[in-house]
Amino acid sequence: MAKELIKGNEAVIKGALLAGCDAYFGYPITPASEIAHAAAKYFPLAGKVFLQGESEVASIQMCYGAAGTGIRVMTASSGPGLSLKQEGISYSAGSELPIVIVDIVRGGPGLGNIAPEQSDYNQMVKGGGHGNYKLLVLAPNSAQEMCDFTMLAFELADKYRNPVVVLTDGFNGQMMEPVDFPEPVKTKPDKTDWAVMGNAKTRKNLINSIYLDPEEMERHNIKLQKKYAEMEKNEIRFEEYKLNDAEVVGVAYGTVSRVMSSAIDEARKKGIKAGMLRPITLFPFPKPKFLELAESSTVKAFTVIEMSNGQMVDDVRLVVEGRKPVYFYGRMGGVVPKVSEIVEQFEKALK
Amino acid sequence: MAQLKNVLEKPSSFYDVFLRKPDKYQQDTHYCPGCGHGILHKLIAEAIDDFGIADRTIMISPVGCSVFVYYYFDTGNFQVAHGRAPAVATGIKRNHPDSIVISYQGDGDLGAIGGNNILQAANRGESITVFFVNNAIYGMTGGQMAPTTLLGQKTMTSPYGRKATWEGYPLKVSELLSTLEAPVYIERVALTYGKELMKARKAVRKAIQTQIDGKGFSLVEALSMCPSGWRKTPVDAKKWVKEEMEKTFPLGVYKDITAEREKGSWDRRFEEVPLDKYHELLGLTGKAKEIGGDMSKVEEKYRNPEFLIAGFGGQGVLLLGKALAETGMRHNWNSTWIPSYGPEMRGGTANCHVKISDKKIGSPVVDNPDVLIVLNQPSLDKFEKDLKPGGLLIYNTTMIHKKPTRTDIDILPMPASEMADKLGSLRVANMVIIGAIIEKTKLFDLDVVFDTLNNIVSHKKFIPMNIDAINKGIEYVKNYKG
Repeated sequence: MAKELIKGNEAVIKGALLAGCDAYFGYPITPASEIAHAAAKYFPLAGKVFLQGESEVASIQMCYGAAGTGIRVMTASSGPGLSLKQEGISYSAGSELPIVIVDIVRGGPGLGNIAPEQSDYNQMVKGGGHGNYKLLVLAPNSAQEMCDFTMLAFELADKYRNPVVVLTDGFNGQMMEPVDFPEPVKTKPDKTDWAVMGNAKTRKNLINSIYLDPEEMERHNIKLQKKYAEMEKNEIRFEEYKLNDAEVVGVAYGTVSRVMSSAIDEARKKGIKAGMLRPITLFPFPKPKFLELAESSTVKAFTVIEMSNGQMVDDVRLVVEGRKPVYFYGRMGGVVPKVSEIVEQFEKALK
Repeated sequence: MAQLKNVLEKPSSFYDVFLRKPDKYQQDTHYCPGCGHGILHKLIAEAIDDFGIADRTIMISPVGCSVFVYYYFDTGNFQVAHGRAPAVATGIKRNHPDSIVISYQGDGDLGAIGGNNILQAANRGESITVFFVNNAIYGMTGGQMAPTTLLGQKTMTSPYGRKATWEGYPLKVSELLSTLEAPVYIERVALTYGKELMKARKAVRKAIQTQIDGKGFSLVEALSMCPSGWRKTPVDAKKWVKEEMEKTFPLGVYKDITAEREKGSWDRRFEEVPLDKYHELLGLTGKAKEIGGDMSKVEEKYRNPEFLIAGFGGQGVLLLGKALAETGMRHNWNSTWIPSYGPEMRGGTANCHVKISDKKIGSPVVDNPDVLIVLNQPSLDKFEKDLKPGGLLIYNTTMIHKKPTRTDIDILPMPASEMADKLGSLRVANMVIIGAIIEKTKLFDLDVVFDTLNNIVSHKKFIPMNIDAINKGIEYVKNYKG
């Protein structure tokens, strides 16, 4: 039975171990705690390190240390915890450390609540910490993708020497679905050219984000920007649903994209030609596809639906640049938009 | 003579030329004349040389004047965020138990912003060595107050002198940490004169040796001079350490249980587990009964059904849903289960949504269920209106006395809790209802349902009772004349 009915949060940890994750450092928070529970259970069985840090601030720094030694490492949390982790995330981006960070978003701001929201888009996709950095952000919408994207996140983190985020809402973390688990990853990349492993071979290496000389700091920044441009070139991922003849393009990620796909089926029963573009990578954002749709003669409007005050919609508007109207509808506080609400928004967009 | 040579020679674990230093003075340090950092650096470097551990050593540079430790040490190097060195050290050491991890921190870094990080790392007994330089001031940022600034001491941010009633007392880190059980060795030394320096040298070596021996956490607090920050000459600065700082921060050993600790007793090592064992340890190798279900043979109103199940937390609502979702999966269909989660589950009402389909499931949210199962009155009151016209309502008459009011739905009242109680446990009320669902909908193969119990019932000894309960539910529907 490589297939199991499992919560998205637990699928993250099984996926992580199958991807060769060596260590987990984290701090409990609802609705992400099952990730820590599963890590605490399975990591020791696999001869790997699980440690509950004293805080989110410390946990991400433990990841910094572990990643700097060249191993695969992860942490997970939810909004308030991610706010605290931003310090370490900025340092990790600056020092170019591959760390996988899972964010199971809850309601905010402040303590908010534990219901599902998508209000961490800005802090994870736009860079919630200081400095000129980007994180590669993957947005799963099923338990299967919680496993698959966690595994992919480790690969991409190593490929680009950059923190990679798996961003989803509380619903997707708590939902159970059948998941097919793959075989464990057999080979991991050699990192002896940069990591500090406490051996002769890596003795001359340095993990560092300080460049006192402005010119040197700028050179480092330019190098980082080139890396982000590479990500934009190579790593864009999205899913299309009934876009061929769509007059209104629905845009959603995570749980909302699931609800939206049902809404599109409903809308089409009513004769509304709706389709969906679901960004899977939130950075890099699927700009070329949006541009293509914005310039298509069939498409009349975009309707962005989020469980937030409208964060991803900014990115859509930046690409569409007024070529077509971009409408937004959001629910907050943990309210999941209903199929009927989304259908209504499609109707409005075409009026 | 040998000793003199030792004093004058550059340890080999220092770089000959400081190529990482971005100015042209690459054979001088960036420290001010009379600063204590250089002395401590040298004591550490000599120890690394003498123990022959340069390859294994990883130095952690903090934020503060010693931010550039990595300019000088020819070892592995990390530069880290302000105060976080003990957390970073934890991440390194836990994964590389053979490395020698040295966290080098100042008083602002360790005592203020990283206060909790050092406390917790010490309390976990991380097998690392911490060198804590206490010069009672923030040097790098321009002479501000440190947690260790003396009472009455004037700094840029305590221009009228530190007052206990305003800024609190100087923080005594060695005293504080030595109250913890885990640390093995804590000593305070001074980087001043001959006798004190010899003690400092000994302490540095002991703290590193302790880590080599795998005995856990050690810390050496070094009182150090900051002539620039203090606006004193190097000579006066040394005197001030001796005459003023040592009064507040007495030198000496605060904790030493190195003799009692066995070698390697605080090393954390794990056995490598071969990859071919992974599926087994992740619980993915169990054999479960699966069949290919045929949704087209199911009565139309129950085809690709959507369930909403609600009741009190503790009535097995979530488990009921899981059983349906897992059984659906074992018929080779797609299924989703989402719970209400968090505080709601603890004592209040709980509900879950289940969808089973032979197609890809879009929204996992059930707004209008085909089958509504309610185990208590508030759930009936809340969800009755949402059931699809013609849908099936199963309600627990033991707990619900106000009857449903809709007339456009199929209603199955059943005393589920009472039936369960007769079987021996109220907890199997959910299974009685599963029996009813099986009989009403004809969705599932009964053998698959029974086999599913192996996965979802946590205590195997209760499986027979659960099977009885399912059978009772089936029987109830067969005999029900509504």
